[in-house]
Order: sequence, then C-alpha cells, then structure tokens
Amino acid sequence: MSYTCGLLPVLEQGDDHHYEMSEYEGARARWCPGCGDHSVLTAVQRLLAAEQLIPEQTVFVSGIGCSSRFPHYMKTYGFHGLHGRALPVATGIKLHRPELTVFVAMGDGDCTSIGAAHWIHAMRYNVDMTAMMLDNGIYGLTKNQTSPTTPQGFKSNTQPYGSFLPALNPIAASLGVTNASFVAQTAEWAPSHLYATLRAAYKHKGFSFVRILQRCPVYTPSLFQRAVQDPANITLLVHDDGVVTPDLEKIYQSQTHHDPRDLAAARALAEQSDRINLGVFFKDPSKPRYEETRRVAPRTPVERVALLEKEFARYAV
Amino acid sequence: MSASATAAPAPPKVLRVPEHTVEIVSDSGEGAQKCGQIFGAVSAKMGNGVWTVELIPAEIQPPPRVPEGASGNRIRLGEHTVTNWGDRTDLVVAFNEQVLLARHRVDALADNAVLLVEDCWARSEDTDIVAQWNAALKELSGKHYRIIPVAMEDECLTIVDNPKKGKNMYALGLLARIYGRDMELIKAQIAHAFRKKSEEVYKQNVALLELGFHWAEDNIDFRVEIPTHPAETPLVVMNGNEAIGMGAIASGMELCAMYPITPATSVSHYLSEVFEKFGGIVHQAEDEIAAAGVAIGASYSGKVAFTITSGPGLALKTEMLGLAVMTETPLVLVDVQRGGPSTGLPTKVEQSDLLAAIYGQTGDAPHIVMAPATIEECFHVMITARRLAETFRTLVMVLTDANLATGVSPYPKPTLDEQWQAAPLDLAPVRDGQKPYDWNTETGLSERIIPGRSGGMFTLTGLSHDDRSKVAYAADIHQHSSAMRSRKIAVLQSLLKPPTVYGDDKGDLLVVGWGSTKGAIEEAVDRARNEGFKVSALHLRFLSPLEPGLKPIFKKFKKVMTVEINYSDEIGDPYVTEENRRRGQLSILLRNATLVDVDCWGRVPGEPLRPMSILEAIRGRLPRGGAA
Repeated sequence: MSYTCGLLPVLEQGDDHHYEMSEYEGARARWCPGCGDHSVLTAVQRLLAAEQLIPEQTVFVSGIGCSSRFPHYMKTYGFHGLHGRALPVATGIKLHRPELTVFVAMGDGDCTSIGAAHWIHAMRYNVDMTAMMLDNGIYGLTKNQTSPTTPQGFKSNTQPYGSFLPALNPIAASLGVTNASFVAQTAEWAPSHLYATLRAAYKHKGFSFVRILQRCPVYTPSLFQRAVQDPANITLLVHDDGVVTPDLEKIYQSQTHHDPRDLAAARALAEQSDRINLGVFFKDPSKPRYEETRRVAPRTPVERVALLEKEFARYAV
Repeated sequence: MSASATAAPAPPKVLRVPEHTVEIVSDSGEGAQKCGQIFGAVSAKMGNGVWTVELIPAEIQPPPRVPEGASGNRIRLGEHTVTNWGDRTDLVVAFNEQVLLARHRVDALADNAVLLVEDCWARSEDTDIVAQWNAALKELSGKHYRIIPVAMEDECLTIVDNPKKGKNMYALGLLARIYGRDMELIKAQIAHAFRKKSEEVYKQNVALLELGFHWAEDNIDFRVEIPTHPAETPLVVMNGNEAIGMGAIASGMELCAMYPITPATSVSHYLSEVFEKFGGIVHQAEDEIAAAGVAIGASYSGKVAFTITSGPGLALKTEMLGLAVMTETPLVLVDVQRGGPSTGLPTKVEQSDLLAAIYGQTGDAPHIVMAPATIEECFHVMITARRLAETFRTLVMVLTDANLATGVSPYPKPTLDEQWQAAPLDLAPVRDGQKPYDWNTETGLSERIIPGRSGGMFTLTGLSHDDRSKVAYAADIHQHSSAMRSRKIAVLQSLLKPPTVYGDDKGDLLVVGWGSTKGAIEEAVDRARNEGFKVSALHLRFLSPLEPGLKPIFKKFKKVMTVEINYSDEIGDPYVTEENRRRGQLSILLRNATLVDVDCWGRVPGEPLRPMSILEAIRGRLPRGGAA
C-alpha cells in the first residue's frame, strides 16, 4: 500500500486531460420515460464537463427516493444513503475532506419531510456544497403519497380526497434560516435556466440550495402544467450576480430585476403565490462557512503523541 | 451533643484500617464535588488506592435542602488498588441533614458511620427547618451512627461573606486532618482547581481549608490511617469519559460527531476543550441521527470517525448503524449506558443496552461490540475499536456505563505508541479491476476505496449490492453479501484469545460479568472464597463476537451465573417459570452460544452493584457450604 498526498493523482492525471461529458456518465438511468430527473442529470453532466471537475474528486450524495438514484448515474464517487439523511453524510464528507466537491440530490419528501431538520441545519452550517432538491410534489418511488409540497386538494393514495394542508414553501422556509447563503429555484422544463442556475450554485462558495421544479409523468404530470403551457405564469429573476439566460428572454417575457443580496425582497418574491419565480432569490458569499470555521491544523502522529504526553501530565498522580 | 470543645483535647484515637469510604454531600452547587475530587486526587498522589464516584441529582438546580437534591462524591480509599465503589460509607460530611437523609434512605451508610453534619439548621429562625432537623435526627437514630455537629457556616463566616461559597474547602480541611492528608499537596491541588480564578480566591480557599483542619484538630477525637504505598510506575487519574476521549485522540481519530445526552456528553466536553490542538474536531450535530450520519460521511471519505451517545440516542441512530454495516463503512460508536428504557434514569448506571447494541438493528447487521471493564480499559478500547473498525470495515460499538463515565481512579500511565494512530489516507489510484467490495470469499474482508482515488469511482449504497456495489437484482447476491458481512465476525473471533478465569478454573460456581462490574464481582468472589465457597469469576470484553472457548471453561463449574446491572426475573416471582423467565442479557447470549444452562442475577438500583449484594447472590445460589 503506498501513501501519497491528496494532490498527486491530480498531478499524475495531468492538466491536459479534457473530460468529455460522456466521461461523467454512470449506469443507464432507470427513471421513467419523461421523468424530469433525466433533464437534471443532463444539466449536471454538462456542468461537470464545463467546469472540468475531476471525477474522483467529486462526490454525489443522496437519500432515498426516485431522484436519489442520481449518484448511480454519475461516474464520480457516490453515496446513496438513507431516506432524508443525505445532508449529514455530505456534511461529514466535507468536514473531513474539504477539498472534495460535493453535490447532494434529494427529493421533496426526502428534504422537506423526513429530512427537514437536516435541511434547516445544513442551510445554517453553510458547508460548501450544491444541494439539489428535485421537487415533483409527490412520493414517486413508494407510489403516489402526499408530500409536504403536494398542492392542497391534490388526490394521492394517502389522501385520496385531496391533500389537507397548504403546500410547504421550501424557498420561503430556506430564506428564513439564519446564515443561509444561496437559495435559488429553477425548473426541469427550462434546460438552459436549469443549467445556468446549477452553475451559479456550484460556483457559490457555501451551501447552495436549489429547488428544481419537476414533473412526475406518472403521478403529477399536470403539477406545473399552467406554467409549462403558458410562460406568462413564470417570472425570471434576473441579475448579473444571479442567473442570466438571454436565450429565454423571448419566451419568458415577465422578468424581475432582483438583487440577490436583498433578503427582504427575496422573501417577498418567495411569498408570491400567483406565479412561479425562477432564479436566484438570495446569495451572500460572505456568510461564514462551517467547514472553514472548524478547520484545524493537521497533526502528524509524532506531534500528536508529544501533545498527548503533555495532556497526560495534567492528569499525573 | 455540641462538640464545641472548651477543654484541651485529648490525643486522638488512631484507627488503622486497610480501607475507608468517605462521602461529601451537599445541595447541588455547594461545591461538594470539588472537595471530593481534590480529596481523591491528593489521596491517590499519596499512594492510596482510590475509587471516586459522583453522586448526581437528576435535576440541574433542585430546591435546597431536599433529599433528592443530594449531590457530591463518594471516595473509597484503600491501602491497595480499589476497583469499585464498595459497600457502605464510613464517614460523611453533610452540608445539611436532608441530603444526609437521602444517603441514609438508600442504605449507603455503614451502621457505625461517623456523620459530620452542618448544624446551623438546628439553630435556624425558621421553625420549619428546625422541625425538619429534629425529624431527621430522629430518623437517623435507628442506626448506630455517630453524629458530630459542626458549625461550618459560623466558622466560615469568619473568613467569607457567603459561606455557601466556602464550606467545601472547610470540609476539605476537616477531612485532611482526619485522614492525615498532606496539606502542601492539597494546596497545590487547590491552586490547580482554581487556576482560572484570582490569587485572592486561592488564598481564601486555603484559609478555609486551614480553619477546617484546625477545628478538626481541636474537636475530633479520632484519626483514620490507611497505609499508603507510593506507586512504582507513574499513574494518571481521570474518569472513564476522559479516558475515552484521550483514547480517541491516541487512536488518531479526528472527528467526533455527537448530540448532547447524559451521561455520554462529558466525553465531548473534554474533547471540545482539547481536541482541536490534536487536529480533531467535535461536531455537535442537530440530532442523534445526524451525528451518526456525519461520522459515517467522514469515515466514508477518510479516517474512521466516531460518535458517542447513551440509550435513547442509540435507539435513534439505529438506521444509520445498519447503513454503516451494509456499506461496510467503518464507524466507532460509544454508548455510555444509563438506566432505561425510554428516558429511564438519565444519570444512573445500568447495563441494559447489550442486546439492543448487538441485535437492535433491522435486518442482519453483524458488527463488533466491546465493553471496557475499567477506566484504564476505557482508554485502550478506543485504540482497539478504531483499528478493528478499519480492518473489518464495520461498526464497532463500545459499551461503557455511568459508573465508568463518572468514576475516577488512578491507573498506570500508558506508554504511547504512534502506531496506534490511523495511517495517512491512501489516495493512490486503485489497482486495475479493483472492486469496491473485493471480498476475500474465505474471510469476507476487503479493501476500502475512498474518494480521491482515481479509477475507483463507484456509488456506495445501503441497498443490497454485489461486489461492484451494483444494486442486487439477482437472487443469490443478497445471500452471498450477507455471508461476507457475517463471516468477518467469525474471523475476528478466531483471532481472540480465550478469557482467563479469575480464581480456580474449576469449582461450584462461575460468576460471569461484563463492563464496569469487574471490580465489584471479583471483590465479592474473593470474599466468598474466604467463606469457603468454590467460586471463580470470568469477565468478558468482547460481546460480539463472544470470546472463544467459553463452553470448555463453563463445563468445569457446576453452575454458571451472570451478574449484570440489568433486569431479570427471579425464579419464584409470581407467574415466572423456567420457560417464561426473562433473563439477564449476557446470560441470553451465553446460553445461545454454549447451550449451557447459564443462570443470571441482575439488579437495577440506579447505582453500581455493591460487592456485598453480589456476595449475597453468590451465597443464595450456593446454599450451605458451597454445594451447588
């Protein structure tokens, strides 16, 4: 067994290796035909190629659900863990190996229901990673149960007479968390916006939360039908510091100039219920990052033993 | 009954004894624990065997002067090594009569105990307090206690304005005189204990110490002498949770993820103070599940990480523990056991998590479970646990308990070894064809691949998977991978040595224990042997796998019985039969592994077992002259 420093394999690989998008492709995706997850997978593979991320230095962490199959379909390192618990695992990876690039794929039940505590606290830790919440408003893998983001009145197997509660607003909730540093919303049916948003999220230093609106062709095909069919129901939040997608400006003529540093405005936009806002709601790269706050000087075994000898002296009889 | 002497005192009677047990009890926050800690540390330095336990009320600020608020320390001093807290207390310093009653009511005090009691309450202007004092004295009069009233508050008021903040040092002075403790050592210990306070505080404490010392000199008509034997090798003194923390450092682990829970938390208190200078961090997670998740994520990406918890936290982490086992991600978990189930007895000792630790995960989740028996072993177990977790790619659980966590006792300073620490991360490219689970089909062992290694990219999954970590769809894959995970436990057992019997290797009764009860069991066995019983003891450190060779050991005894701090039915209880008897947890494991009819004796008193209780159990199992 040989030991080497973390950078050596990178150097061996050489700067000149150019990764094609296909080099990030893992197993063939087994999502249903027409599932929005395919679109997200493509955008992410495109992002990795554009950024030339080194596959072995990149980790995709997920929970359980349709979208949590994501890591299997990437040719990077992956951790397909427990329902709702992707974020603690991802946090552990970054605390131990801050040099790794970490992406998290979660569903709406995963993130906003069973994993809600971790979501809130991951926002607050602000560990540098890109967290994608693929929100189709339903539990798909377990076959059609109401999730927190299911629209009120929507009929599912667990609430066959219509869901009882108003849907949870993940963007508003995220913007309420102290130390949140990046909150954005995009949609799987607008690929260039999806790509641009994920890219902005990746480039942000800190915890980037991206809610990706997504249709489930089997259980919620009509969830965003109004917005898909009539772009007038969508408003793009545009700003040089947020997402700019010139190719979409003709389709989405409703646009709001929104400075992502303006938290109050972001919260007001998040509360708008008559339309869907896509773009970066909030961004503040100056927020402290937990893995940086907690970074400690490494110790060699020899140093550690010497320090431990001193520590024992404190307890000497 | 006042002891305020007017005549010149006669020379004190000297009581030479091989051991003596002292308690200092007060309301919470009056500093009895600090007094006890200093007394214990100085006694250890002077060459006495010492075992100190904390007496902890379950509430942070119980009302003053109530029995349930009794807080303090119990210090058992011996000529030789002391391995447990003993039976009953011989001398008590109590800051009020109510906390003293608490100790009396749990039968903690020897029949002839000496009780030094603050008596300002007898003179209180509050008639209720005076009535309580009188009632307490009446209740205490049933025993042959010798009660010595001490006007601690009046005395302390000559030096400090608020006697609540000084009585503990005065009490230390009383004990220093009675037990002939070295005053210079005490002063040095006070200086250390109050190092963060001003010089003024130190001087005041020393003045109070001397005041108590002189009062005892003038008024106490006896002294206690326990022979001292200065140690030949350097000793260190600490509690079990500090030893766990130092062991974790010595093992080279660098991340402790936890959520506050009693009695495990003090490990993280200790580590939070020092870990960063060793290159490690304590991560306080948002909940118990996240603490396990962070530790698993960290381990997955590099060096083995650990998490610490107690009963309810262990329950919450269950799913994560299954994940660690299924993904063969090394993880060390320390469970500092307390009374259960549910919230149970948060501050009190119990050994009731054994079966939950081994079998509490859903599905088949083979992993390693160990239990240190002493404070010294708390240190070393962490080094072994880390190494086993890495070598066997699995979860290693370390079960300690509140007795070890808060017990303080000296042990030989370990000779540190750099080899105990984790190797630097191997980030070399993987071998051609290397799979995420390159199981050796004989042993189930395989080399782990961590992120950063080129050519090794794969997705770890909690779903059933094959050796390439591909989700299993074929029928035979789950059978094979289950066998591979299980095989590792058999392999570990094949590498362990059979345990050593304490005492003769044959006889009428073998008492088997695990965890913190070792000292008390062996002391009880010694006493039973002195009474003519043919009894031996066996103590297990590995619970999963069990140590090898148990059946041949058991076969040499007419009867085998476990002694455990967990609940078991007794034959003779209403409705209880051999068939439906709910047995001690270790006895269940032993019966399963050996097919020997292992009996059990368990108690859940919320305190460590006393040797005399175990002795009574031995006598009960071996009536008249030792025939089983």
